[in-house]
Amino acid sequence: MTMRTAPSRTTDGAAGTGGDGTDGTGTNHAGRARRARAAAVVALLAAGATLLGAGSPQGAGLPAAGGGPRQAAPQAAPAADPNCDTSRSVPPSTVDGPAVKAIKDNKTLVIGVDQNSYRWGARNPATGEIEGFDIDLAKAIGTALLGDPNKVTFKAVPTAERIKFIQDGKVDMIVRTMTITCERMDQVAFSKPYFKTANRLLVPKARGVKTFDEALNGRTACAARSSSAEDELTKNPHGSKLVTVENQLDCLVLMQLGKVDATMTDDGLAAGQAAQDTTVTLLDEQVRPGVMGVAMKLGNTDLVARVNQVLADYQASGAWRDSYDKWLKPTMHDDAERFRP
Amino acid sequence: MATPVRTEEQGPAPGTSGATTPRPAAGPATTPVAGRPARTPGRLDLAGRIRRIADARHTAPGRLRLAGALLAVLLVAFGLLTGWQVNSRAQAADRVVSYSQPLSQAAADIHRSLADADTTAATGFLLAGAEPRAVRERYEQDLATASRLIAEAAARTTASSPAQQWLSSLNQQLPVYAGLVETARADNRLGFPLGGAYLRYASQQMRDTLLPDAAKLADAENEALARDYAEARAVPWAAFVLGLLALAALVRVQQVLFRRTNRVFNIGLVGSTAAVLAAVLWLLAGSWITGARLAESERDGAAPLRALNAARVDVLTARLAENLHLVARGSSTQYADLWAATTKDLTGVAGGDAAPGTGGALGEARRLAPRDAAEAVDQARKEYSTWTARHSAAITKETVDGDYQGALDSTVTVKEADVPNTSDAAFGATDQQLERAAGIELARFRAAAGGTGGLLDALALGAGLLALVAAVSAVRGLGRRLAEYR
Repeated sequence: MTMRTAPSRTTDGAAGTGGDGTDGTGTNHAGRARRARAAAVVALLAAGATLLGAGSPQGAGLPAAGGGPRQAAPQAAPAADPNCDTSRSVPPSTVDGPAVKAIKDNKTLVIGVDQNSYRWGARNPATGEIEGFDIDLAKAIGTALLGDPNKVTFKAVPTAERIKFIQDGKVDMIVRTMTITCERMDQVAFSKPYFKTANRLLVPKARGVKTFDEALNGRTACAARSSSAEDELTKNPHGSKLVTVENQLDCLVLMQLGKVDATMTDDGLAAGQAAQDTTVTLLDEQVRPGVMGVAMKLGNTDLVARVNQVLADYQASGAWRDSYDKWLKPTMHDDAERFRP
Repeated sequence: MATPVRTEEQGPAPGTSGATTPRPAAGPATTPVAGRPARTPGRLDLAGRIRRIADARHTAPGRLRLAGALLAVLLVAFGLLTGWQVNSRAQAADRVVSYSQPLSQAAADIHRSLADADTTAATGFLLAGAEPRAVRERYEQDLATASRLIAEAAARTTASSPAQQWLSSLNQQLPVYAGLVETARADNRLGFPLGGAYLRYASQQMRDTLLPDAAKLADAENEALARDYAEARAVPWAAFVLGLLALAALVRVQQVLFRRTNRVFNIGLVGSTAAVLAAVLWLLAGSWITGARLAESERDGAAPLRALNAARVDVLTARLAENLHLVARGSSTQYADLWAATTKDLTGVAGGDAAPGTGGALGEARRLAPRDAAEAVDQARKEYSTWTARHSAAITKETVDGDYQGALDSTVTVKEADVPNTSDAAFGATDQQLERAAGIELARFRAAAGGTGGLLDALALGAGLLALVAAVSAVRGLGRRLAEYR
């Protein structure tokens, strides 16, 4: 559940700011980034890096962010399971094992994706195509394995069915904003992390608030049911009243209708929400950091190694950054290093 | 009641005009005895008048006059009571036909239009930019129908009616719902998944507030309908009792006259008796016929229509669940649950099974349907089986194959060649058959209940006229006897 390396890595990520220097517009936070980042880092370290499976993309239908103990007090000590390291995976390799060979023989790679997470994996109603950051990565994996991104078959996997789809072999892998948790590591094999996340707070810009306390005190907050955000807000409400919904997007509906004042979800999805409503903004403060990975069937070690190789190349070639810039930068700011594992 | 003579009690009669003392059993038991000769009339005070009337029974012509007056009052009272009782039933029957049944049907139509709007909005949403004009128009038509019916129902419902609060709540909620749907459409067109969230929220509002209010409205209207039915079908006992009493009195008077005069028939009294008898029989036959027709209209019309309306709303809700499941794009299991629960409501068996059970709302609608409508309901059940089979196939595509687009295409599509093979088409056929059955049942209702009000009006008029004839005839009959004393 916890991750020994988490504090330092996240600190690196948070410290490596790439702010665009503007401030006071409410659109960009980078100007006040240093102060806020410092606060975030403090909060993070204080949280004892209890890496709960920060925020599932859909929020619903997932085990409540892993089974490790959760600290009620932010100062509590970490280390539930010292053997669990969510960034651990097999070393990258390009050697074709049986799993990779099978994919190549079939001349098709079946990848489970999301179609409901804006900018990550969402169906474009104009084209009918699924597109987003995750989809770019999935295509890169397809290109590496089969030499052609069009040989990838995308399957829209319901949130609740993700693990089952892998275990049953209905998909070769899942690239679907899937947070790596210790519990899931027992069920599926994960690649190395390809994205770092944390729970963030989304508020209407017009409120002009900067911290969790300002945003939440005496207000109504919204989170997806059985998400880590719900858990966080229950334990640290900052004086807020909690409303839970089935899907994190439902929070944005309620926020637009003035029924809630703030929404907590993981930053990737929060960015997706901000992209759909230019009048809301993400606060810099963050809690419960986590990482996302590509999930594959346990035992397909050669495939995992191959995907890790793709991830390494994907990062090194700048493709990761390009995809980030294309899909996520508009709402997550020019802040890629913060999220790069 | 009220025989012309009494001997035992000598005290002043309690009644005044006509002295209609309600002592029904006393009359026939006493024997008539000759009284004193008549007094000379003159101006008297009230007590004197009463005494005079009381004294009148001591003379033969006095008793005759008294008997005439009592018969006249009794027969006129019979006529009035019959007219009044039957008329109130005629009004109730008219209310059933032209007021409470249409209001009950309007409430059901409001409920169905709203459910249909919600389902159609989701269909349009799934088809997004390619939404056919027919789908958009159906949604708009549904909203227009609902608003029109709400306004009409509000205008026809009294301010104190419990229906009024549900109507005003519907009136408030409908524009809010429409606004949410439009927001969903706009977001969807921008490519925002938020649109789906809005649509699901709108549908939630529909199912949590609008539809329950519409259901309560329908309940209130159905109660009013049941009340009017009961009132229209109530047997006019008081009129029957009074008619039989009048008959008994007429027979008694003739019996006494026969003994005293040895004349067998008094034409007037015989005519009067015949008229009363005719009136009572007329009342009996009329009540029986209208009662039977109202019962038929309830059995073949109103009752099966209620069952059918419930089934139609379930069908719409099942279709809605199917749509919303696809709108949610795998992010929720609640619509699969809604589908299962609704189809179970509908047939007694959770959907997906090839053969619908005989229970549930559809089974009830089938059981209550008159013969010609039953055939349409059977057809609907057949279409429903096709539909659930297609639904299961689509769900398999989605959850087993991960082929969302395939599941979507086999549910709704804009490709004209594939349209007949979609779930939506099977749903449409199911709905159409149920609509046909509803049309038949409504016609049955109208045929049976229509005109019962007029029939009852004729009944009231006829009975009233006969009673009047009887009264005039009786008075004239006794007048002849009376003339013999002059």
